Amino acid sequence: MNQFKKVAWVLLLGFMHLAAFAQDATNNEAANDLMRSNGKIFLVMTIVVVLITGLLFYLISIDRKISKLEKK
Amino acid sequence: MMRKSWWKILTVLLLLYTCTYGFYVKVPRLDDRMQESIRNFFFHVPMWFGMMILLFVSVYYAVKFLRDPQPIYDYYSSAFATTGTIFSLLGISTGAIWANYQWGSPWTGDPKQNGAAIAILIYLAYFVLRGSMQDDDKKMRIGAVYNIFAFFMLFPTLWILPRLTESLHPGGQGSEGNPGLNGKDMDMNMRTVFYPAVIGWTLLGVWISTLKVRYQILNEKHLNNESI
Repeated sequence: MNQFKKVAWVLLLGFMHLAAFAQDATNNEAANDLMRSNGKIFLVMTIVVVLITGLLFYLISIDRKISKLEKK
Repeated sequence: MMRKSWWKILTVLLLLYTCTYGFYVKVPRLDDRMQESIRNFFFHVPMWFGMMILLFVSVYYAVKFLRDPQPIYDYYSSAFATTGTIFSLLGISTGAIWANYQWGSPWTGDPKQNGAAIAILIYLAYFVLRGSMQDDDKKMRIGAVYNIFAFFMLFPTLWILPRLTESLHPGGQGSEGNPGLNGKDMDMNMRTVFYPAVIGWTLLGVWISTLKVRYQILNEKHLNNESI
């Protein structure tokens, strides 16, 4: 259960910044920000970063689980 | 070593660096075909570098096992072979996606692609062979012997045969060096991401492999306790 909570937190935090970008779009129609430059390549970058951090967190949690079992 | 955390932090930092600066770094515009897809270099190519390193570690422990048959060496050998094979599968599938947009078809029968497919099949046979044996002692010993064969088959399939014929991969005429990439040709800016990317992805593979080894050690202890 604890593990599930952790993953949920990672996902929540990972998506939280999207709300900030969505607000940005309504305020700024010209949209010359970094996220929309170069064919929105930085959008892809954000997604890759969210994926890799999520997977790394998962890996770290498995590592901790095994470390706990080893101490027993 | 495998329970230390400094190199795991390094893995996280290098991968985050690759996944951010890899998109930001200025890349050369060679022609209108390649465009930004050259950035795949930071993700597709390190899979093969990582695979080669992981499979080398695997064969190193296979040799160690044959010299001194301790089960721990087999745990290392099989875990690194698994991760190496997963890296190769990821490499070949990302390669197929890239090829679809760069060469017009996911599978062009490029010598490097065919060679990689053969190499992967040889490694898959390693797992079939191990899985087919009930006796652990036999499984470890025969697995180690086959592992050495599988590792040395990587050289003709990935390094030698693709050089003897024309390839769509860069430098593929046979005379220009490695058909996967030509180190001297690489843009300076790209090197600042590429080498950290290789180290980062490889360390990720090492991390996953060591977790598998630790799991196997725990499992073995658990089984021994139960039998007593």
